[in-house]
This record gives sequence, C-alpha cells and structure tokens, in this order.
Amino acid sequence: MWTRRGILFFVFTIVLTLWAYSQHQQRFPRPEFETGYEQPDATTPEPRSGAVELIDVLVLTLALSGGVWLALKKRSRKGILWLSIFSLAYFGFFREGCICSVGSLQNIALSLFDPGYAVSLNVLAFFVIPLVFALFFGRIFCGSVCPLGVIQDLVVLKPVKLPHGLQTVLGLLPFLYLGFAVLFAATGTDFIICRYDPFVGIFRLGAPFHMIMLGVLFLLIGMFVSRPYCRFLCPYGVLLGWMSRFSRRHLTITPAECIECKLCADSCPFDAIEAPTGDLSAERTSKNRNRFIVYAILIPVIAFAAGFLLNRAHPYLAKANSTVYLADLLVTQPEMQFNTENLDISTFMASGKSLATLTEEADAIRHSFAAGSWYLGIFLGLVFGFTLLNQVIYRRREGYTPHKGDCVSCGRCFDYCPVQKHAENTNHE
Amino acid sequence: MSDNKYIDRRNFIERSFRIGLGAAVAGTAGYTLLKLTRRSYVWQIDPFKCTQCGRCQTDCVLPVSAVKCVHAYDLCGYCDLCGGYFKPDANELSTAAENQLCPTQAIKRQFVEEPYYEYIIVEELCIGCGKCVKGCTSFGNGSLILQIRHDICVNCNECAIARVCPSDAISRIPVDEPYIIKGDFSFTNKS
Ligand code: SF4
Ligand code: SF4
Ligand code: SF4
Ligand code: SF4
Repeated sequence: MWTRRGILFFVFTIVLTLWAYSQHQQRFPRPEFETGYEQPDATTPEPRSGAVELIDVLVLTLALSGGVWLALKKRSRKGILWLSIFSLAYFGFFREGCICSVGSLQNIALSLFDPGYAVSLNVLAFFVIPLVFALFFGRIFCGSVCPLGVIQDLVVLKPVKLPHGLQTVLGLLPFLYLGFAVLFAATGTDFIICRYDPFVGIFRLGAPFHMIMLGVLFLLIGMFVSRPYCRFLCPYGVLLGWMSRFSRRHLTITPAECIECKLCADSCPFDAIEAPTGDLSAERTSKNRNRFIVYAILIPVIAFAAGFLLNRAHPYLAKANSTVYLADLLVTQPEMQFNTENLDISTFMASGKSLATLTEEADAIRHSFAAGSWYLGIFLGLVFGFTLLNQVIYRRREGYTPHKGDCVSCGRCFDYCPVQKHAENTNHE
Repeated sequence: MSDNKYIDRRNFIERSFRIGLGAAVAGTAGYTLLKLTRRSYVWQIDPFKCTQCGRCQTDCVLPVSAVKCVHAYDLCGYCDLCGGYFKPDANELSTAAENQLCPTQAIKRQFVEEPYYEYIIVEELCIGCGKCVKGCTSFGNGSLILQIRHDICVNCNECAIARVCPSDAISRIPVDEPYIIKGDFSFTNKS
C-alpha cells in the first residue's frame, strides 16, 4: 500500500535527483534556529600521535641492544626468553602487530618504485634497524624481538629433524615469497605479506575466522616443525639471513674450545648447527670442482630461462591487480558492463570513467608487471642456481658452529654445551 | 694452501660481502630518506569518492568495522523527513524501528524546534554499513559520511578495505589531519 507520505517521498526523490544532480550542492538550506540551539561539532577522535610511534622505534632499538648483550656477552638463554616474551607482549599484543619489520619491506619496495608514495620515519626505522643489527651481530631480531618469530618459538614442543634435501627445497620458498611480495608491492597491487600474515589475527584477539585458523594451524605445525613460518616463508628472514651470514660478530655455542661432544647439535630445534668437516678426499675435491664449473656456467642460463618464463606469464600475474582484472573482464566480456550484481563493475559504470581510461591504466600496470616479472624470474633463477652451487662448495669448519644465516640466535644451545658449564662451575667454586 | 691463507681469504671475502650488503642497506635507506616525509600516515575515506558500497562494513580486519558514520552537522538540513533516517517506504515519520533505515538503530532523532530535527550517531551501535549515508547522499544534503575512526582503527599497514574499495576512496593521509569531514558548501565551497 502506498501511503501519502510514501508517495510524497517518491515524488520528492524524483524531483531531487533531477534537480540536484551534483552532490556538491546543499539541497536543503541550513536552518536558522530560534531556540538558541547550538550545532555540535563532528566528532574526530585522535589517532596515536607520532611521538608514540617514536617510542616504538626506541623500544625496538633497546630490545635489539638487550638481545645482543644477552646473546653475545651474557650468553643467557633465560634472558633471551624473557626479552622475547616482553617483545611479544609489546609488539604483538600491545601494538597489535602493525607496523612490523616483515611487512615494512613492502612499504620500502613501493616507495622505491612509486614516486607518489613516501614512507614515514618509523616504517623506515623498522625496516633498517634489524638489518643493521644483523649485519653486526646476527639475527638477534628473530630470536629476541620479532613477535611472529617469538610466538612460534614459544610453542616448540618436540621438534623433528627434517631431511637435509627437504629443508633445502623448502628453504627456497621464502625467496619466492619475497620476490612476489616485492613485485606486488612495487606495482601497487597488494601487500601480500600483511594480507596473509598468520599471526596478526591472534595479536589482535579477533579477526576473520580463516585468519585465526591459519595462525592456529601454523602454531600446531610449529610444535613439531619448529618456526615453520620463519624457516620456510618469512621474506624478511631472507634479508636478515643475507646480513647475518656475513655478520661481523655472531653468537658462539661454546665460550671456549669446542670438544665436539655433539650435545648442542641436538639441542637446536632449527637444524642450524653444522658439524665439523674433515678434510676432503682428492677424489671428492675434483668431483666438486667439475660440478662447480658446470653449475657456474648453468647459473646465467637458469636465470635467463626463469626470467623469460615468468615474463611469458606476466599477463596472468597482472590479473592480481584489481584495475587490470576489471579492465580485462570488461574488454573480453563486454556484456558484463550491464551486470548489476558485480559491485566493482556497477561502481565503475556509475563513476562516469570511460573504458578507454580504464584500459589505459591497466596497460600501464601490465607494463610494469612485464618488466617486474623479468627481474623476478632472474632473481629466482639466481637463487636456485646459487643454492645448487652451495651444495658443492666446501667450507672447512672446526668444531660445531651455528650456521650464521639460519641461526635465529635463540640461545638454546648455550645451556647444552658442557664446556660452558664447566667454566661456570669453576667460577662458582 | 696453508691454514692462515685459507682463513685470510675467507675473512677477506666475508668482509667484502659485509661492506657490499651494508652499502645496499644504506643506499636503500638513503634513497627512501630523500623522499621521507616526517609525518606518519593513517587511512581515511574521502567522502566525496565513497559510493557506500557496503564493503566498509564487511571488509575491515576488525570484528566490528573501524568505519563509522559521522555526522557533518555543517551540512545538515535538520529535515523532518530525513533521507538517512527513514526508509523510503516508511509509513510514518516516527522513531519506530521498522521505519528506520539503520539496521542497528544507531541514529538518534531528536526534536529541536518546529520543523527541525537533529540526528545523532550512536557510534557504539554503528556498524559502518553506510545505508544511512547512501540515503542522505541520494535524498538529502549528504551530511552523513563514512569515516575511519582512529580510536578504533589499528592502522593496518595496508587497509583491508582500501584494497577492495570499488571507488578507490580510501588512501593514506597525514596523521595531523586524520579526518576528511565535508564542510558547508554554501560557505567554503571546497572539500
Ligand atoms: S624469520 Fe621472519 S618471522 Fe621469523 S623471527 Fe625472523 S623476521 Fe620474524
Ligand atoms: S568501500 Fe569505499 S565505496 Fe564502499 S563504503 Fe567503503 S569507502 Fe565507500
Ligand atoms: S545505517 Fe549503517 S552506517 Fe548508518 S548509522 Fe546505521 S549502522 Fe552506521
Ligand atoms: S586500516 Fe585496518 S582497522 Fe583501519 S579501517 Fe582499514 S582494515 Fe579496518
């Protein structure tokens, strides 16, 4: 039934839509109040101010410095554990996971490629400071500060040792993740690290169901395969690993001479402790040398091939970008233009933007994907090639030593080394 | 090869790599520093671009969206027949729930003086669906707008709504002016 008001409203609507097509116009004038009514202001609650963000940077630096002291000087697993719990509470649960160093690499990538985007000081600090610390002292960040790492570290229950080959293959995943994260960030498409961050939902104590489930799943796996995200996904871990591998100093397992008792190797849940090597036989050496030469020649070939392949695939990659996706859809299926179900299409159609403008924008984005996929392919090819090469490079080690790239400086091994215990005992006597 | 030589060579290689990596980090940081703006950013909706698609309610990472309706009183006509408050087919202008556009009855209607009514958003109830905003924008002055509330928003590195907003209405804006509230066009004539 149409009521009088209903009809009035209807007529009203028609008239109004015709009359006031531009939104930048007040249809109804502001009333002049006679009763002394005072118009309230629109409410605008303040965000966290910049000063508080600088405190975050300060806490980060202090926590890292504390981690260095505990890992390199004090050699205290307990200290590292408490520091890491503090970091988890502060950066994870209190600051709710954002901004984190892992995600910040996307901001940096975007700002390198997009002239219109500038990062803020605290984002830059979160990106650079842990890397600098890693370059001097190893991956202190991973062991003591990173909330994502710490939450996995705390659930390690009964770590299994993975076969070496499987570890090497899975170890390639972070490079893949890093490469794609940079490609998608640099093209302004998506921040995939943030989108698929498994733990941020837990830090915020609330998130869509699938996000929480992803986090719980990682933690469950993490009881047996320790730090699965860190070792087989984390893209920032790749950068930290590079830094740490050539770090100036690094924690040592034993405070004195290694007696090769092998106790520490079993204590490391991340398989990051390498056994001492003997001398290679002359036969192995020559075999390795031959393989080295073959691989070294292969590397540029692999890199080029990977670049070429990914470049071929760039139209598919570019579809991850919503603009490209929409343009593709409307060009290939013009009848979709009249689809009112699809919110993106109907909004675009109502916006008054022409299809030509849209395809132009899409072409520009596709263009950067074409270039980016070349770089990405070459990068991945190089990573693969150097991983192969690494298998035949012989590095002599005396005693058990942490693999500087893989060790997250958690300090578990300290307590297992009898040399240290002995030294402590004599101190106490 | 003697031991010392081996260790020397290894140290030399490590040092070169260390310097190289350090330079790479410094270079990246330096380049970003050139563009660095001292200000931090927050996410905000441009009410002039927003088309009230409804995704603000559903796509925020928080269980209840950080986006809420905000009343830009400067623009309001204080209408009795409010396009943001009443359903288009409302059968009377009363505060009965079935007449209200808002699914959570988050708008309070208050009599001011004949024939004017004031509309107040109760933020605790608002879920950011934008229905009232759409009503007000289509039939009224457009004084109801959607804004990201920074006391609730956790300032995600990438706002989950910005990614899916069909109107590209959400972007980073400097933290010192964290809201985009529509002003009174008859006075300022600018956004
Ligand atoms: S590897 Fe990545 S996630 Fe793990 S602790 Fe290090 S930075 Fe954090
Ligand atoms: S997603 Fe965009 S268009 Fe939709 S309601 Fe939010 S700001 Fe408005
Ligand atoms: S209609 Fe939607 S946006 Fe408007 S006040 Fe109600 S819940 Fe908030
Ligand atoms: S930044 Fe995050 S919390 Fe804020 S509105 Fe966007 S999705 Fe919601």
